[in-house]
Amino acid sequence: MDLAAVLTIEVLSGIAGLALISIGLAIIFGMMRVINLAHGEFMMLGGYAAIVATNHGVDIWISMLVVAPIVVGVIGVIAERTIIRFLYGRMIDTLLATWGLSLFFIGIVTTIFGNISAGIRAPLGSVAVGRYNISVYRLVLIGITAMIFGAIFIVLRRSRLGLIARGTMENPNMAAALGVSPSRVYATTFGIGAALTGLAGGLLAPISGILPTVGAAYVAKAFITVISGGTAILAGTLAAAGLFGSVNQLLTYFTTPVIGEAGLLAVAILLLRVLPHGITGKLFRGSL
Amino acid sequence: MAAIAVGVPRVVDQFGLLQLTIFAAMCILALSLGVVWGYGGILCFGQSAFFGLGAYTYAVTAINLEESTVAVILSIVVPAVFAALLGYFMFYGRLSDVYLGVITLSVTLIFFNLMNSTAGDVYRVGTARLNGFNGMPSLPTLNVPGDPGRLLDSTETFYLVMAVLVIVYVGLHALLASHFGRVVVAIRENETRCELLGYDVRLHKLLIFTIGGGIAGLAGCLFANWGAFVSPNVFSLTMTSQIIIWVIVGGLGTLLGPIIGCLIMQYLATMLGTQQLANTNLIFGTIFLAFVLLVPRGLVPSLRRLGARLVGRAPARGLEPGA
Repeated sequence: MDLAAVLTIEVLSGIAGLALISIGLAIIFGMMRVINLAHGEFMMLGGYAAIVATNHGVDIWISMLVVAPIVVGVIGVIAERTIIRFLYGRMIDTLLATWGLSLFFIGIVTTIFGNISAGIRAPLGSVAVGRYNISVYRLVLIGITAMIFGAIFIVLRRSRLGLIARGTMENPNMAAALGVSPSRVYATTFGIGAALTGLAGGLLAPISGILPTVGAAYVAKAFITVISGGTAILAGTLAAAGLFGSVNQLLTYFTTPVIGEAGLLAVAILLLRVLPHGITGKLFRGSL
Repeated sequence: MAAIAVGVPRVVDQFGLLQLTIFAAMCILALSLGVVWGYGGILCFGQSAFFGLGAYTYAVTAINLEESTVAVILSIVVPAVFAALLGYFMFYGRLSDVYLGVITLSVTLIFFNLMNSTAGDVYRVGTARLNGFNGMPSLPTLNVPGDPGRLLDSTETFYLVMAVLVIVYVGLHALLASHFGRVVVAIRENETRCELLGYDVRLHKLLIFTIGGGIAGLAGCLFANWGAFVSPNVFSLTMTSQIIIWVIVGGLGTLLGPIIGCLIMQYLATMLGTQQLANTNLIFGTIFLAFVLLVPRGLVPSLRRLGARLVGRAPARGLEPGA
């Protein structure tokens, strides 16, 4: 019984982790058709922002939940204005440019902080479930991820900002004719996507620690999740994270983390063979 | 190229010779992506997966058999078979360009994570321990086929690697000039039209992808042999991005471009590595960005164009891409 509870929490935590690292990418890709290969480095920057702020005496929750997203959001807007806006519509070139950007960030951070790992202690300690100990912070992460998804849903569905953003992505010329500045909307959307990525990086920093090259550990999983999810940002990411998170955590529990990772990839490749446009390319069409 | 190869060992010292050997091995790797991406139009970000797979296949087989001939053959066959499998899922699933890039990249990174976590005595293939992130040291180097006791020295290895480079270069030229090669280029130019003309687009893509995978595996084998060492870094993001940068800098749609790009960037990386002036990633990232934004065609096609304009004729439109 205890085991079942712990396993459920592990699986939920795995799903929340995948959803958290993917949502920023999903917004930038789903809304703007830009594949941001610097995604992992945005997370890395968020992690460093949180750690540096905490080490300078800022409360750990504020540095994770406020400082990290703001820092990375600003960096994202700058990157969009200086590089990415010249490449809209040229998907492969944006892919390559963001790759260059990712190397650039790794280089800068290595120069500043050195090629050593940094970390902060996870807050909140642990709680006993029968014979097992569970980190409270992991439970909180599941809650925070759920809240982020809820907030994005409400913003996209109910708010004026979300309406303008969706309209601009649908038809930028029409939006411009109605008095909306598409380039401002693009910059904002990219900034929000980057900020969410930074938030994810900040939140995961206490669990995984951080290195200048840590982005590589996240980026593959995030991409697989987003691409397998398909066009719908929220439903797609959730569905794919649900599938891959369960496969990964269960395989990891019963065998080893190595087989868990390989299993995740195998399921993803098989899935894309059957559904080349991702889960929401066929199921749940028209959802957000 | 052959003339340079013969003369070089007389002129340069041991260190220079080793440098040139590794440069030539990397040029083979650059060619493999140059043909898959530049001619096949397949955006493969996972060329280092095949490279690394070749290196590890060589390492494991050579340790187990204590002989290198079979290891070399397997280091071409295994990556090619893996490329064929992966390619089957991607091309027959009709994934588009960008998805291909991301999937191949993800495969590479998963390999990286996998190999990094194989530390410990449990992870061994036959007598070969994989050693996780520490890598596999003191691999048996190449020997004369059929005579395991007779190892190649550094000069012989240099000749061998240069010969392989020349053979791959000439072979790819011949392949691209053949009927098969022309269909591959035609598919890059217009996939739908080729399909309507009755060519099997998926099969052609799969074949060129498999060939590229095999060549990358061979490069990996030469790399592992060069340092008698292989570590998961062959799958790392740095490795993957280097290959892409070589091809971008040199120019897509040429075979000379990737070689030149590879030589320039390798030279730069060696220089940066010894001088510690600035972080290599920083410089490479900046160059990468600059080329994508300012010289998207790459050096060789741009220079050819410039040359043609200076001479005053229209740019030649052979096998080069239209845009």
